[in-house]
Amino acid sequence: MAILEVKNIKKGFGSTDVLKGVSFSLEKGQVLAIIGSSGSGKTTLLRCLNFLETPDEGEIWVDGQLLNGGNLTDEQVRQNRLHFGLVFQNFNLFPQYTVLENITLAPKLLKHTEPAAIREKALKLLDQVGLLQKQDAYPYQLSGGQQQRVAIARALALSPQVLCFDEPTSALDPELTGEVLRVIRGLKDKDNTMIVVTHEMDFARSVADVVIYMADGVIEEMGTPEEVFGNPRSEKTRAFIRGAQQSF
Amino acid sequence: MFLPVTLQLLAGFGESLKIFLLTLLFALPLGLVICFGSMSRFSPLRKLIRCFVWIIRGTPLMLQLIIIFYGPGLMFDLPAMPRFTATIVAFTINYACYFSEIYRGGIESIPRGQYEAGQVLGMTKQQIFFRVVLLQVVKRVMAPMSNEIITLVKDTSLARIIGIYEIIWAGESFIKKGLIWPLFYTGAFYLIFSGLLTILFGKLEEKLNYFRG
Repeated sequence: MAILEVKNIKKGFGSTDVLKGVSFSLEKGQVLAIIGSSGSGKTTLLRCLNFLETPDEGEIWVDGQLLNGGNLTDEQVRQNRLHFGLVFQNFNLFPQYTVLENITLAPKLLKHTEPAAIREKALKLLDQVGLLQKQDAYPYQLSGGQQQRVAIARALALSPQVLCFDEPTSALDPELTGEVLRVIRGLKDKDNTMIVVTHEMDFARSVADVVIYMADGVIEEMGTPEEVFGNPRSEKTRAFIRGAQQSF
Repeated sequence: MFLPVTLQLLAGFGESLKIFLLTLLFALPLGLVICFGSMSRFSPLRKLIRCFVWIIRGTPLMLQLIIIFYGPGLMFDLPAMPRFTATIVAFTINYACYFSEIYRGGIESIPRGQYEAGQVLGMTKQQIFFRVVLLQVVKRVMAPMSNEIITLVKDTSLARIIGIYEIIWAGESFIKKGLIWPLFYTGAFYLIFSGLLTILFGKLEEKLNYFRG
């Protein structure tokens, strides 16, 4: 059974329809890459999944459970968010906390686990993203790539069922994107279910199991990387991918 | 002459200090309450609070002192508050309004991403405010708050208008004995106290310098 099923999500802001009915499903351990030009609704889709926006219509199912039926209380929204993790374009680390504290803060507030176990897990995650030696540094002392790796560890600390990335390398200098992409690639090997909104076509092609090309608030094309990149059915997709390749 | 003058001024300054400390004690938290009101998504409340802040910031503290002390008796035939209580009430309301605007500026300057990061990590609104946002706000409002608090030191002298024997009154009382220097001496009290506050705020800002943002 699919771990995530999204059915006919619609979302508008004022008179602009940003998502015009988006449906897809994702199996456990799969990586979905979402590509598309700015304004196509990619980020809004991720924000809906993380309950930072409320869809006007549509259903979000995780592990056979419908998350967004009816009017949700603040507490229900908070619980729903815990199914997902989100790594932001701008990292959004908490500046007043050390790297380690950034990772342990939310789990400690949730109180699902013993503090000692939380700390141990945080250190393991830091090691996984290659920043164990930076555990006592403050965010401003880190490079953008390092901050993003901490943000990834912070999201993983809550063991979300689906981890989302919103253009995780777009705010980084080109020479720093590699280290972040390597970490995400490593997570795939550990069987994490992930959705990555990205402009890195090579990365999407090599890491994703499924690729979605979004245009004007709908899924224009969906398939394996071979299908979408190698043999796109739609003219729009073909034009987008040609454009993306030419920009290199 | 020096010692009796000093003692008399100290008595007056004691009164000024009491106004200063009690006003801070009440106005710092009340300012936060007013601040939340002025940012409320419930628009009648927000408008009401913003109108109140406009009135308080738009009229002299001296006028507010007079109205709070004499108003209840003259308008509603109520017993007057003790002078000192009226002073604290007027100062607290006045300063809470100024503080609330400083807080609001600080809170609204925190990037939305900080709130969203807390949200996606499953934190409650209260946890996000107290564990994520507050310290960053404190750091950002440090400079304007120190400004306002140093102004408060000097504003305490307004309390004499409803008969509080504060330090300038104490200094002025020597004029009829032909002495002008005690008035300058009162200035020294203010200077030393605001100097101490400046050092204290400098230390606090330094303490918060361990992070940026």
